Amino acid sequence: MKHETIETNVGWLIILTMIVISIGGLVEIIPLYFIKDTIETVKVDGKDTVHPYTPLELRGRDIYMREGCYLCHSQMIRPFRDENIRYGHYSLAAESRYDHPFQWGSKRTGPDLARVGGKYSNEWHLQHLVNPRDVVPESIMPSYPWLTEPLKFNAINDRLKALKATGVPYSQTQEEYQANVERFGKPTADMLDINNAEQNLIDQAQDGNYDGNRNDITEADALIAYLQSLGTMVDFSKFEEGYFAKFR
Amino acid sequence: MSKEKKQQAVQTTGHAWDGDLQEFNNPLPTWWLWAFYGTVIFAIVYWVLFPAWPVGKSYTKGVLNDITYTTPAGKQVTSHWNTRALYLEEMEKARAEHAAYMEQLQSASLAEIANNEELSAFAYSMAKVLFADDCAACHQAGANGVIGSYPNLLDDDWLWGGTYDQIHASIANGHNGFMPAFSKTLNSAQMDDVAEYVISLSGSDVNPQKAEIGSNIFNGETGGCYYCHDKGGVGRISQGAANLTDSIWTIADVPGQATLEGKKAVVKRVIANGVNRKMPAWKNRLNDTEVKILTFYVHELGGGN
Repeated sequence: MKHETIETNVGWLIILTMIVISIGGLVEIIPLYFIKDTIETVKVDGKDTVHPYTPLELRGRDIYMREGCYLCHSQMIRPFRDENIRYGHYSLAAESRYDHPFQWGSKRTGPDLARVGGKYSNEWHLQHLVNPRDVVPESIMPSYPWLTEPLKFNAINDRLKALKATGVPYSQTQEEYQANVERFGKPTADMLDINNAEQNLIDQAQDGNYDGNRNDITEADALIAYLQSLGTMVDFSKFEEGYFAKFR
Repeated sequence: MSKEKKQQAVQTTGHAWDGDLQEFNNPLPTWWLWAFYGTVIFAIVYWVLFPAWPVGKSYTKGVLNDITYTTPAGKQVTSHWNTRALYLEEMEKARAEHAAYMEQLQSASLAEIANNEELSAFAYSMAKVLFADDCAACHQAGANGVIGSYPNLLDDDWLWGGTYDQIHASIANGHNGFMPAFSKTLNSAQMDDVAEYVISLSGSDVNPQKAEIGSNIFNGETGGCYYCHDKGGVGRISQGAANLTDSIWTIADVPGQATLEGKKAVVKRVIANGVNRKMPAWKNRLNDTEVKILTFYVHELGGGN
């Protein structure tokens, strides 16, 4: 093909430019799917400890994205001493393997949230979401008082199915459920069963009582359940220091 | 040479658009060209030294094998360049810098730390950072707490006890502060009476008859308040139940009320709704020494016993 043909034909120019530019990205991305060590093996007693979000946590994650929390909060602790002191162990690739899309972020107007799970009480989270100044006087975070409204979860099955289509191991058939029992253990596998998603969501909201009111299921229930799960799936005391460095 | 002749001497790319629109084919500036070659050479050197090219299921690790760290088992590991090994090396260096103090902190008792000026200064400044990161969100930057939610740590009134051991247990294991709601057990008049009695305990002038009825509910089986708050409302540390006989309040904002009616109303609200609050356990998030120096810090803040 002559140079002149490309320069004088817009269709060819667009197609060939796109091919050339995408090579740069593909060369960096594709090998990661084949390199063994990209995602760390995080097993305790033979079971994967990192598992997909429960239905309630997943709805909380949707709200996290709807409200744009990621614009100010990252979820990615980098392997530096100062980050360790403030936020805890650095984030693993395995910990965001079921995130579609991931919430790593690159802008910290607020603190990193990758390990915020368990750090504060549910009550604190509720007060802080409704009006951050009530608990942190110097905070510049906006208030989110509408989170105390009822949670919509009638489409939860479809949401799980959509994620399943991208490769997240939620189970629909008996076979898939058995595979999850094998992989994550029974209590977790039960939570990942699409057929019981709605009941699981209701039960977790009632038992967890995240917003201090057992009578209704609010968006705050879901969001706080999600926040309390962040960074809690890997128990680092079960792995000797340096174990995760072997994957790099 | 005229300007016109000089322009004619420059080569063109040979294309012509719209009849006479042509493109010069000037050579690239030399400085630019060498900078470009420089980046190529840099890239090749980088590929050799650092992790770079994917090969099958692995990748080239680079020959820069200069990061050394020690595993917990005491084995020296030398690694190719990567941020996680770099981090381990950095953490090890930091540990070595603090080692002299940290060893002392680990072995010394909290009383010994308090009596050693140098050690306590180190523990205090380190704990201050931990407090700001982990505790201040609830207990506030100055540790004065939020009435209704989070206890003030500056005074000498302790729900769960203020000795070193008790503070240590509180930080390490967390707490569930629970008082049942009495709105279904007691009727409104009974709750009024109990509120009257509770207010009287810290010296407010109240209706003695109503307080008397309240006292019977509180110290009897109708309310059973004494299970946790003890007879006479002096509190019970094993339950985290508040001492109601002093004028320090953590849930009901009694000091903030101007009138006696207001004070009774806030106390009644607590009786009706109960209390359900939680302090997270920190032993999995912080290491033993960190919990220890935080204990020291909190004890120092106000009135540790």
